[in-house]
Amino acid sequence: MIPAAFEYHRPKDMAGVLAVLVEHGDEARVLAGGHSLIPMMKLRMADVPHLIDLQDVDGLSGITVDGGRVRIGAMTTQSDIIGHAALAEAAPIMREASLQIADPQVRYMGTVGGNVANGDPGNDMPGLMQCLDATFILVGPDGEREVQARDFYEAAYMTDREDDEVLLAVAFDAPSGGYAYEKQKRKIGDYATAAAAVLLEKNGDTCSAASIAMTNLSDTPVWSEAAGNALVGTSVDAAAIDAAVAAMLGDIDPTQDNRGPIEFKRHAAAMILRRAIARAWDRA
Amino acid sequence: MAKKMHIQMTVNGEEQEFLAEPRELLIHTLRERLNITGPHIGCETSHCGACTVTINGKSVKSCTMFVAQANGADVTTIEGLGSPDSLHVLQEAFKEHHGLQCGFCTPGMITRASKLLEEIPNPTEEEVRFGMAGNICRCTGYQNIVKSILAAAAEMSAAKEAAE
Repeated sequence: MIPAAFEYHRPKDMAGVLAVLVEHGDEARVLAGGHSLIPMMKLRMADVPHLIDLQDVDGLSGITVDGGRVRIGAMTTQSDIIGHAALAEAAPIMREASLQIADPQVRYMGTVGGNVANGDPGNDMPGLMQCLDATFILVGPDGEREVQARDFYEAAYMTDREDDEVLLAVAFDAPSGGYAYEKQKRKIGDYATAAAAVLLEKNGDTCSAASIAMTNLSDTPVWSEAAGNALVGTSVDAAAIDAAVAAMLGDIDPTQDNRGPIEFKRHAAAMILRRAIARAWDRA
Repeated sequence: MAKKMHIQMTVNGEEQEFLAEPRELLIHTLRERLNITGPHIGCETSHCGACTVTINGKSVKSCTMFVAQANGADVTTIEGLGSPDSLHVLQEAFKEHHGLQCGFCTPGMITRASKLLEEIPNPTEEEVRFGMAGNICRCTGYQNIVKSILAAAAEMSAAKEAAE
């Protein structure tokens, strides 16, 4: 399992990263935690003649919670997220989801930026970011720009990010109300067979706002606006949950693979969403 | 032949310097270059945890790190925790509580457990199982591994209290 040879770059700042990206174009890739890219390089499914390690670049990691706005630097690890008290207070769904990613060793290395920017439909953060209506901050040779998570994903491993751009951070408003991240997986370390991120707001006995996103059930994460709408204005009773699940099933497009046939995945998606809605409503 | 780079790292307290291709995996560096054969190669696909070492205070699967990434790093392997003459508390506990059968996963288990107990000195059984979820054992059924780690935690806590 030896990858093809590459030239290794470890710049100290973003200017250095961008210089390598501009010079080598799609022959260069940035390396964050490496737990998606390195396995692909070892299998020689990814060919990276110029590898740019981001570990020494200043200012890429860290979590700030400021007046209800959360910003998480791209190199922040899942382990950092799990251990951050202010984030757990402001957006507990981040901790709940991170605890379900891979295993402890991988969480020490795996980063938010890598999880978000890789574009792997199996990653958990993209769906969660869409559920939170997060903004991605990218930097390139022409400066910084922002993209909404809900507009970022085009197809498997295809995103709105240009080859000479790097993800700097993700940002979102701290959600209020109830939350749940539910994930069905075959074993520790596996990607989801189906996962659901749910945020619900409650006004009296009525659901006043809902956001629902699904993971690994299409070639991109699926933010199901229709599923959320099916809950708003209801008391999240059985009929409303049935309607939300039916709406979600209309938006996903799973494929058959070693996690099961399409019908099983649709079954798992429905079950996991029911659980997530019930738990989020309970917490709202 | 790809270009070699100058690498410096501290392994078990000892300074190491050598030339290596950046693509060399850290587990191969440790085992084949430095003859530190405690960390094992189980799956080589970041699933099994047999190659777990501690790098700059993090438990890491050394099959999923290039040697170039570890340039300048502080690395601890099972060899840095205890020796045959002076076993680490965890090694003693694994021996005492039958925490191993074939022993192949044990260096990774103990190296990971040492970091877990640093972070959570008095874990519950559930915390041990969750914290050890990145290490696979095909012999024991895990029961005695968990028992060993809990016993080591109790002993380390008692020793700490006695010292205070």
